[in-house]
Amino acid sequence: MAKAAQPAQSRTSPTPARHAGAGWLQRALPFLVLLLALLGWEALVRISKIPHYILPAPTLVLQTLWENLGSLMTSWLFTMKITFGALLLAVVGGVLLASLFSLNKWVELSLFPFAIVLQVTPIVAIAPLILIFIDSTTVALLLCAWIVAFFPILSNTVVGLRSADHNLRDLLILYRASPWQTLRYLLVPSAMPYFIAGLKIAGGLSLIGAVVAEFTAGAAGKETGLASRILEAGFRTEIPKMFAALVLVSLTGIMIYLIFNLVSRLVLGAWHESEIKGDR
Amino acid sequence: MRNLLELRSVEKRYDNGTLALQGVDLAIGEHQFVSFLGPSGCGKSTALRMIAGLSAVTSGEIAWSDALTDHAQEISFVFQEPTLMPWARVFDNVWLPLRVKGVSRQAAREQVDGVLAKVGLEQFATVFPRELSGGMKMRVSIARAMVTEPRLLLMDEPFAALDEMTRFKLNNETLALWQAKRFTTIFVTHSVYESVYLSNRIVVMAARPGRVIADLPIDEPYPRSDAFRATPQYARWCVQVSLALQQAGEHHG
Repeated sequence: MAKAAQPAQSRTSPTPARHAGAGWLQRALPFLVLLLALLGWEALVRISKIPHYILPAPTLVLQTLWENLGSLMTSWLFTMKITFGALLLAVVGGVLLASLFSLNKWVELSLFPFAIVLQVTPIVAIAPLILIFIDSTTVALLLCAWIVAFFPILSNTVVGLRSADHNLRDLLILYRASPWQTLRYLLVPSAMPYFIAGLKIAGGLSLIGAVVAEFTAGAAGKETGLASRILEAGFRTEIPKMFAALVLVSLTGIMIYLIFNLVSRLVLGAWHESEIKGDR
Repeated sequence: MRNLLELRSVEKRYDNGTLALQGVDLAIGEHQFVSFLGPSGCGKSTALRMIAGLSAVTSGEIAWSDALTDHAQEISFVFQEPTLMPWARVFDNVWLPLRVKGVSRQAAREQVDGVLAKVGLEQFATVFPRELSGGMKMRVSIARAMVTEPRLLLMDEPFAALDEMTRFKLNNETLALWQAKRFTTIFVTHSVYESVYLSNRIVVMAARPGRVIADLPIDEPYPRSDAFRATPQYARWCVQVSLALQQAGEHHG
């Protein structure tokens, strides 16, 4: 049989100099825009002489952040614990339930309505109830954040498991693959892009869930997160401190986004269209 | 020649009431290269899927030769699309049917490498399908079908989406594989020229409902090469099969 030709690599043919320049600009642009926005904010506050208890300048926010770094970091760690704890539980629960749904239609028919109820119920409406039912504030906060983060994982994974190529499914039927083999060799890899998309959404939502739940709980004491710092600063009209805590929340959100973007690139980079870089 | 399988009064009616196949009686002999040829909707692919066990027979039966102890284990299927796992490298795609049977990567290496060499892709074992051209992807698909050394190979318009040059090349490669192993092949196609070039038997089907209207033996020797396409015999067979296909068009219910 004849030897095959070289692989078709037209989409990956590089134009190094132009590519490097575009790549650098792509990375630098968000930072430049952010810097410009901060400079504009600083200028506005200084020129208009806006009092710091209404709108503190970015430099004052930074200074406050530095001065209160110790206590803010303790709160940040607590928020992280709730956020990633809830996300982990959402991943485990969402993936397990989605796998069950894909293996058994009756389980899906029976349980999906409950999942939808969890999704459509505003967390601020049920958080007070959860705080009444559960003694431990930490567990209650974890549950609230989990409720928010769970559905995107479940929903995306269910769609992903169903998106497997029908011919490949037929092929596995022909090979007499067991349900476990079908799940492992076909359904899980097919679902991976959808699962990771869900993970990106759930990552942000679990942070929002953790913060909103703590706002609702109005928690105080040793084990408190950034939301408590914001509330506390609001009560004391320490607006720069409020902004400092907000900056930490925003940075955390960006960090979560970047982490899952990296996960996406590592897992899908070699084969999935969403992560393949090429000349367009 | 011993029959490998027999379709006896096979009928297929879909849930929506469409009668896809009616009264199909057909015996497929061992080592035959049979083409199912016919217009769209004549049930060629349906018949193939029923033989593979991917679709249930509504009435009638498919009887298998006693020589096949477990016929489902001895069938391979090549779809119109390459149907590769995009997340798996070429080696892993070809390994899949063996992997399902519990053969480890190490134990499968010789077999997979061997079949990749047969389709000219031994140097591409570690690349992902997206890095391959359409023709190369189809070769991987054929390699995956061949790795289990099937007794029956079912091919559902495998080259329909390829350009003419690649198609001719893959026709020759398929014939070379068939001549080496002589596995029974059922090849679904729309192309008169392809069916005449490849097969030693052409089953012409008509649509609505799908049924067999002609069964033509192509009594031409193998091996066949591109030179065969330029012979008067090839042209005569093409004319004869085209006329049968034309009749199939007129036989629409």
